[in-house]
Amino acid sequence: MIDTTINFALLLFLAATAFSILRRTTLFSVVMLSGVFSFVSALLLVHLDAVDVAFTEAAVGAGISTVLMLSTLALTARHEAPASRSRALPLIVVFLTGLALIYGTLDMPHFGDPSAPVHTHVAPRYITATATEIGIPNIVTAVLASYRGFDTLGETTVIFTAGIGVLLLLAGTIREPTGLRITAMDHHLVLRVVTKVLIGPILLFALYVQFHGDYGPGGGFQAGVIFAAAFIIYALVFGLEAARRAVPGRAVRWILAAGVLMYGGVGVVSFFFGKNYLDYSALGATATAGQHLGILLVEFGVGMTVSAVMVSTYYAFAGQNRPIGDEEW
Amino acid sequence: MIAYHLPILQIVVPLIAAPLSAFCRRAGMAWYLALIICAASFAISVALLVRVLDEGHISYLLGNWAAPWGIEYRIDAVNAFVLLIISGMGTMVLPYARVSIADEIEPHNQALFYTCYLLCFAGLLGMVITGDAFNAFVFMEISSLATYVLVALGAKRDRRALSAAFTYLVMGTIGATFFVIGIGLVYMVTGTLNMADLAARLQGLEQNRTALVAFAFIVTGIGLKLALFPMHLWLPNAYAFAPSAVTVFIAATATKAAVYLMLRFLFTVFGTDYNVLGLTLTYMFTPLALAAMFAASTVAIFQFEIKRMLAYSSVAQLGYTVLGISFASVTGLTATMIHLFNHALMKGALFMAVGAIVLRHGAATIDSVRGLGRTMPWTMAAFVAGGLSLIGVPLTVGFISKWYLVAASLESGRWPIAVLIVLSSLIGVIYIWRVIEAAYLEKPPEGRTAREAPLSMLIPTWGLVGANIYFGIDAELTSRVAGAAARLLLWVAP
Repeated sequence: MIDTTINFALLLFLAATAFSILRRTTLFSVVMLSGVFSFVSALLLVHLDAVDVAFTEAAVGAGISTVLMLSTLALTARHEAPASRSRALPLIVVFLTGLALIYGTLDMPHFGDPSAPVHTHVAPRYITATATEIGIPNIVTAVLASYRGFDTLGETTVIFTAGIGVLLLLAGTIREPTGLRITAMDHHLVLRVVTKVLIGPILLFALYVQFHGDYGPGGGFQAGVIFAAAFIIYALVFGLEAARRAVPGRAVRWILAAGVLMYGGVGVVSFFFGKNYLDYSALGATATAGQHLGILLVEFGVGMTVSAVMVSTYYAFAGQNRPIGDEEW
Repeated sequence: MIAYHLPILQIVVPLIAAPLSAFCRRAGMAWYLALIICAASFAISVALLVRVLDEGHISYLLGNWAAPWGIEYRIDAVNAFVLLIISGMGTMVLPYARVSIADEIEPHNQALFYTCYLLCFAGLLGMVITGDAFNAFVFMEISSLATYVLVALGAKRDRRALSAAFTYLVMGTIGATFFVIGIGLVYMVTGTLNMADLAARLQGLEQNRTALVAFAFIVTGIGLKLALFPMHLWLPNAYAFAPSAVTVFIAATATKAAVYLMLRFLFTVFGTDYNVLGLTLTYMFTPLALAAMFAASTVAIFQFEIKRMLAYSSVAQLGYTVLGISFASVTGLTATMIHLFNHALMKGALFMAVGAIVLRHGAATIDSVRGLGRTMPWTMAAFVAGGLSLIGVPLTVGFISKWYLVAASLESGRWPIAVLIVLSSLIGVIYIWRVIEAAYLEKPPEGRTAREAPLSMLIPTWGLVGANIYFGIDAELTSRVAGAAARLLLWVAP
C-alpha cells in the first residue's frame, strides 16, 4: 500500500513537472525543471530498486546535463520564441501516440507480477548463475559488463561519437586562451573555498564508484560523470583557463579515445587465448578471476571515455562564452 | 582461427580503428587508415557472403554467452548481402573523398572527419550484422549520431547544413525512440531480445495488444529512419547540404540499413503469420510506396539544385523498395533486395558525378552545369550513365530492379501497379533530362575556365558506372543472392 502511494505520488510529480516545462517560455526555468524531472525519475528508480539506473539518472540527468544546458543558454537566448507554425497537427500526432501507448498497456503483465515473461525467461539465469559464472555480487554489473558487455561497448562508442561530434562542430571555434585573465568569480571567496574543499572528496567518491561497481551500485558511467563534475566545478569557479592548465584539451582528447580502445582492446585479448570476442574468462587463471579482471578493465575504459567526453563538451561550450559578469549571477 | 572470428572482425576492425584514427593529427594519415580498414572490412564481407551462400547461416556468440542470455551475431544471405553493399560503398567513397573533403571541410576538422566516417561505417554494419534487437538499436545510435555530425560538416560550403543536420537529428531521434519503445514492449511480453528467440516466443501472441502496439512503434520508428513517405522530410536537406562524399556514402548505405531492419522485423521477428502484417503491407505500405514514387519524383522535377533533386529521387526510389516489400512474395522481396544493391550503385555514381561538379564550380545547380558536356565530358558522361540506370533503361541495373518489380506486381495479379511503375519511371526521364539538356545543349557562361575533375574522383565514379552496366547485363549473381535472401525472409525452402 505504502509502496503504491509513493509510486503514485512520484509519477504525479513527474507529470506535473512535465506540464510545467511545456507551459513555460523562460528557458532558465525550463532547464531547472528538467533537472527536477530527472531527479524525481531517479527517486522513482530508487524506489523500484533500480539503484544503478537511478545513480546514472541523478548524475547525468540532474547533474551534468543541467550544467551543459545552462552553458548553452549563456550562448543563446533566455526566452523561447513563440511558435511560428500551427500546433494542431503535432498535437493530434502526439495525442494518437499517447492513445496507442495506453492501448498497449491493456495486455501488459501486471506490475511486479513474478510470472511475467521478463522474470521467467532470461532473468533467472542472471540471478542464479552470476555468483558462479562471474563471481561478483552486483548482478546489474554482470549483465551490463559481461553477459551483454558488447552492448556496453556500443554505448561507450555512442558517447565517444558524441564527443567526436562536439570536437568537430564546436571545438574548432574555441578561442585560444588569452593568458592571464581575471575570472568573474575571483572575489567570490566563499565559492572558491568551498569548491577547493569539495573537489578532493568528489574525486575520491568517483574513484570509489568506479572501482566498487561490481560490489555495489556504480560503475564506469556514473564514475565518469562524477569525475568530470569535479573538473567542471573547478572550471566554473576558477575559470576555463585554469582548468585547461590542469587538464589540457589535447589530453582530454587522448583519454576520450583511449577509453574506447581499452574496452575494445580487452575483447581483442580474448582472441589471443582462442576465445570469443569479449570472453573475459581468458584473462585470469580461473574463469571467474578472468571475468572479474575483465569487468574492472572495461568499466575503467567506460569511465575514461565518459569523463573525457563530459569535460571536452564543457570545454567546447564554455570556450565559446564571454566571461559571465557578476550581475548575471 | 581468423575465419572463425570473421563475423566479429567485420565490426570490431572499424570500431577500434575509429578511436585509433582520433590520434592522427594529419588528415592524410587518418585517410590512409580509414581506407585500409574499409577495404579490409569489404574483404571480410565478401568472405562472409561466400560462406553463408555455401553453408547457410553463421552464428557467433559475443563473450561466448549462449543466446538469448548473451548477444548473438547471426549472419545469413539477407544481412551478408547488405553488409557487402555497405562495406563496398564505404570503400569506394574513400578514394573519392580525399580531394572532395579537403575542399569542402575546414582543414582543422579533416583528420577527425575520418574518425567520424569510420564510426558511421561501423555503426551501419553493426546494426545489420546482429541477431539481437537491442544491439541493433545501440549500433543504430552510433551510425545516426555520426551521420548527423557528418551532415553538419557541410557548413563550410553552406551554413544551411547545420539546420539540415538539426532537423535530421530531431527526426532521427524520434525514429530511434519509437524503435526502442517497440523493443521495450516486445521485451515486456516475451522476456527476450534475441531476434530468433523473439520470433519463436511471439508465436501465439497474435492477439496480444501490447505486442500489437510494439509492432506499430517498430514499423513507425524504422519507417522514419528509412524515409518512408511521408516521413521523408528530413532527407532532402540532409542529402543536399552534406559534404559531397558524405552524401554519396549515406545515400548509398544509411537507408539501406534501415530497410534491412524493416525486413528483419516484419518477416523474421513478427513473421508472415502475424495477423496485422498483411493489413499493414496492403493498406499502409502499398499506398505510401506509390505516393512516394509519384509525389517525390514530381517534386524532383522542380528542383534547381541537383543534389536536392537526386535526394527527392531517392525518396521515390525508396518507394520502389517499399513497394517490393508490400507484395510479401519471393519475387517482390527479391526486387527489394536487388534494388538495395542496384540503387546504391546508381545513386553512388550520380552523387559522385555531382560532387565532382561541386568541386569545380562550388555548386551543382541546373545553372552551373550549363555547357559542362564539353568542359567536364567524363563527369557528365558518368552522370548520363547513372541517370539512364536510374530511369531503368535496359543493360543497366535500374532495368533489373524494375523488371523484378513489374514481375512481382503481375504475379500478384495487381497489373495496375505495373503500369504505375512504368509511368513513374517516365517522370525520372524528365528530371534527368533537365540536367542533360543544360549540360549538352546549352553554352557555358562567358569566362568560365572549368577543368575536368581529378582522376581520384573520376576513377571511383566510373568504377560505379561500370558496375551499373556490368550488373545490368549479367544479373545472375545479384539475383541469385537476392533470391536466396527473399526465400530466407519468407521461410520458403530454397
